[in-house]
Amino acid sequence: MSARDDVLNRIKSALRDSPAAPEIPRNYRLVSTMTAAQRLEQLVDRLVDYKANVFVVPAAEAPAKLAELLDGAASIVVPHGLPAEYLQLLKNDAGSPAVQVDSPERRLTVDELDAVDAVVTGAAVAVAETGTIMLDGSPSQGRRVISLVPDRHVCLLRAADIVEVLPEAIARLDPASPQTWISGPSATSDIELERVEGVHGPRTLDVLILS
Amino acid sequence: MSNTFLGMPTLPVFGHGNLNATEKFPKAAHRELGDAQLRANLGHATHTIRDKRLKVVAELPDWEDMRDAGSAIKNATMARLPALLEQFEANFTARGGIIHWARDAQEANEIVTGLIRATGETEVVKVKSMATQEIGLNEYLEEQGIAAFETDLAELIVQLDHDKPSHILVPAIHKNRRQIREIFLREMADVDPALTDEPARLAEAARKHLRKKFLTAKVAVSGANFGLADTGTLTVVESEGNGRMCLTLPETLITVMGIEKLLPSFADLEVFMQLLPRSSTGERMNPYTSLWTGVTPGDGPQNVHLVLLDNGRSAALADEMGRTALNCIRCSACMNVCPVYERTGGHAYGSTYPGPIGAILSPLLTGIKSEENSSLPYASSLCGACYDACPVKINIPEILVHLRGEDVDSKRAKIKVPSQMDLMMKGAQWAFSDGAHLNLLEKGLPLGKLAAGRDKVIKKLPGIAAGWTQSRDIPAPPTQSFRQWWDKEHVAPAAVERSQDGSRNTEGEQA
Repeated sequence: MSARDDVLNRIKSALRDSPAAPEIPRNYRLVSTMTAAQRLEQLVDRLVDYKANVFVVPAAEAPAKLAELLDGAASIVVPHGLPAEYLQLLKNDAGSPAVQVDSPERRLTVDELDAVDAVVTGAAVAVAETGTIMLDGSPSQGRRVISLVPDRHVCLLRAADIVEVLPEAIARLDPASPQTWISGPSATSDIELERVEGVHGPRTLDVLILS
Repeated sequence: MSNTFLGMPTLPVFGHGNLNATEKFPKAAHRELGDAQLRANLGHATHTIRDKRLKVVAELPDWEDMRDAGSAIKNATMARLPALLEQFEANFTARGGIIHWARDAQEANEIVTGLIRATGETEVVKVKSMATQEIGLNEYLEEQGIAAFETDLAELIVQLDHDKPSHILVPAIHKNRRQIREIFLREMADVDPALTDEPARLAEAARKHLRKKFLTAKVAVSGANFGLADTGTLTVVESEGNGRMCLTLPETLITVMGIEKLLPSFADLEVFMQLLPRSSTGERMNPYTSLWTGVTPGDGPQNVHLVLLDNGRSAALADEMGRTALNCIRCSACMNVCPVYERTGGHAYGSTYPGPIGAILSPLLTGIKSEENSSLPYASSLCGACYDACPVKINIPEILVHLRGEDVDSKRAKIKVPSQMDLMMKGAQWAFSDGAHLNLLEKGLPLGKLAAGRDKVIKKLPGIAAGWTQSRDIPAPPTQSFRQWWDKEHVAPAAVERSQDGSRNTEGEQA
């Protein structure tokens, strides 16, 4: 008998008392009660608590803010679907960083990613209560690896994409897409349970919330 | 391997690997209790994490509703496990993943080795995983000439020190920063000799040590926190980014997951991704969670395998009273609140799974008749703190008592002659059945003084009672019993009163 059939038979035999599958009581919160302003405020509070740098700017000012944040970066990488308007000022300024676009046609190697100073991505949705930003691999967010290898991650998030509780975010996500949920920069608590930010993932997380 | 025959009912087959203690808990605990540094490290760590957990749990108005949902989802999963496993398999496979089934530790190790060999590589990077710890994968791979590098900071510390993990979430919880610095200086070839014991500096040293490994690794091995049946999705929850490195950079990804780790639907994550981080690290959410569903063209490993592991889980499932132990999501909240764990540490439990959950899970996976593990259900004060802390409401104290009963029954079946305990209970029955019997025994009390010697403590009792004196001393018994003292203190004054008042004398006689 194959291991598969063997294991399945063992489980069926273990359940010979036919336990009933209980009803699932879903009395926990499934939807928001907060206003958009409250959600924004809570998300900022949580992200700052995780030691992320958070900036709330009107969408129109995003290119300027981005240029200011990335002043001094020699090279950055962006996914091919990131709207070009955010990068205008990066490109126009003299001495601006070299912007490398990661696309299905031209995938950057790991060594190339390791050499860049920062990555700029969009985000699919964010959860205010837990301070979590979710990337789902769609064109504005790109492959999982581009937001991992560079040491600094600048994430653009539309305020309209902030929900209050986790169930609201899950309902928006497509399980088939590879996802990365990010709550603050890389961190460890393995030494005497003292939280240290920055281990293997990006050590700096900048979140630009576009109101 | 199992001995299953067609047409015969399938019998439970217990698990192997790093599930068995090599010595009984009382003996191991006695040794560990003597390590004051360990107790200090553990006391600090468990108190810190307990306070953090309480704070973030109190933030949620619906925490108890979430626990109810989590518990019910897990019970429903176990009740429908065969169908859910098949559903998961179909979805994962449809998306380009390959599933392998393993009856036990040996079979799982062989499958993983075969998959690594097929890539031609002799090195793999590893994400911290309880399942691979349980099956002893690192040791097995080493025998086969394959080097496995642990990448979680705490696992790295333990691996470099040639030590064993002592906690399921913080495997190096028993080490403090000074000890970790010494390990790094001794074992990391590329470490800066000026390394201080600042946690940030130590984390930085680990980053440098592992960076090149991550960027060049071709094969990674991981565990999984959840498998979602309706979508075929796998989930890994972590903090440092080492998980993301292993899960996205290599060409081949091999995941080992216990069959109990399924959840029926993707949407069920909304419950468990709230319960798990708050219960385990006391954070609102862990820094990184990765989800993948088979293979995504152009993103991450293109050669994706999953080994589904039984290794005694079906046997644990067959125990109607104990099966809810399989609902465990490995958050470790139970060990952080356990007074026994806090003092003995994780090594005393022997198994990969220490603490309260380990005290039930290990004997369920190996069978209570497994000699050393039969002492684990006694490694508890039954205070119930673990049940209160458990996010999926596993009634650990109830299962501990159930397993103690199983243990007594299995031993009684083995031994026909009355045990020492039986004889002691018989003796006690005789002594307490009659005041005269007890009086007679109490006359022997001063003899205890002789046994105690000059320092007036008894260090060792004989036979079964030796267990009591293993980790405590007994003060010498008094020279007289309470009854003897009472007679001496009270009869004499009464006699004086009697001579003054005849009526009270009569009352006294009637009484």
